[in-house]
Amino acid sequence: MRLLTVLGLILLAGGCASTGEERDPRDPWEGLNRGVYKFNDTFDEYLARPVARAYVKVLHQEIRTRIGNFFSNLQDPLISVNNLLQGKFEDGVNDFARFAFNSTFGLLGIHDVATDWGLEKHNEDFGQTFGRWGAGPGPYLVLPVLGSSTLRDGIGLGFDWTLDPMSEIRPINLRNSLVAVRGINLRADLLEASRILEEAALDRYVFQRDAYLQRRRSLIYDGRPPREKLE
Amino acid sequence: MKTIVATLWVLGFAAAVSAQEMVAPDVLVKNVTTEVVDLIAKDKEIKSGGRAKLVEVIEGKVLPHFNFTAMTALAMGQNWSKANPEQRKRLTEEFRTLLVRTYASALSAYSEQKFDFRPLRAKATDTDVTVSVRVMQPGAQPVPIDYSMEKTGSGWKVYDVNVGGVSLIANYRTEFANTVRASGIDGLIKDLHKKNQQLAERK
Repeated sequence: MRLLTVLGLILLAGGCASTGEERDPRDPWEGLNRGVYKFNDTFDEYLARPVARAYVKVLHQEIRTRIGNFFSNLQDPLISVNNLLQGKFEDGVNDFARFAFNSTFGLLGIHDVATDWGLEKHNEDFGQTFGRWGAGPGPYLVLPVLGSSTLRDGIGLGFDWTLDPMSEIRPINLRNSLVAVRGINLRADLLEASRILEEAALDRYVFQRDAYLQRRRSLIYDGRPPREKLE
Repeated sequence: MKTIVATLWVLGFAAAVSAQEMVAPDVLVKNVTTEVVDLIAKDKEIKSGGRAKLVEVIEGKVLPHFNFTAMTALAMGQNWSKANPEQRKRLTEEFRTLLVRTYASALSAYSEQKFDFRPLRAKATDTDVTVSVRVMQPGAQPVPIDYSMEKTGSGWKVYDVNVGGVSLIANYRTEFANTVRASGIDGLIKDLHKKNQQLAERK
């Protein structure tokens, strides 16, 4: 719920922010977004990245994969629900079966036995479901700490959290620690990718924004978006 | 004798070239990927972070199959027609250097993953196809890599790479357009050159 409040504040503030440069119609709140981006960058440089690097140094790849699998497994019910909401029943059943097999035979998800048995992992969330239902992305949005999003995907994120088993975990301290570990594990997985991004981009903000928007569009169509011919 | 050898050599070369033309695009992608990944796996120098050697491998094995002029033209969009031949040449060179560098980083980061080469879905008469490869990773959805390829007189050439739904060329379009709007085509050439120099100094 607190996330939604933050979101609301950002939207309000975004309405007031303006920049002198020619605006990208997909990113009317660029001024504010760049501010949040800068904050995130500092947060990443001084906290997230060093912690993720230490995490990679201390824990062997094998163990990190197990930890990643554990969190990934907890996402499968949410992915299943979203596939069902999009009318993809076979995929929805696949995801639920993944959760059932991995939680039991896979020892609480640390072994992804379902993939070995031919049940492939999917990528779904409420933002994608809304997109599938016809909602456009809305303005691009950079969320504090979480990074690239859009109005649609930000609202989707709120729904994701309500269905996230992690949100039910009590005491709150334990829940928060688990959320933190999940975040560190995710950041660690992205260490290489973020370095490549930094090398490839002239303007990292623009590069990351465009990549995010392209990627989300592709995900909504499950990797087969109608082809946009580059002229 | 010399002439015969030379003739044979030229004939052999011609045969090699035409054989290369015959290689189907999906087979080409598979062969090149497998060869490069094997080379990286075996080479101690590259494994210990030898960037120069890796770039050498990419220059020799991968680059001949890319059409950098087409890539630069696509990334430039409408601004391409405003560039003069000299500017086009320099843009292509700088963009090429940047892409090679990025490609080298991506390869050294992900070369230990497993690849799943997808069968080509295209008609024999098609001259523009998409070749799909998936990078398999434990506990996550596979990352699809799509190579957009065009048939040319010297074999199939890649003109765009799409990773996980993100077209590399489309992604440079806004950046290029913004820079050209702010500081012209020469400004973009300068920025690309500066970027490449920074990267070269860093290692």
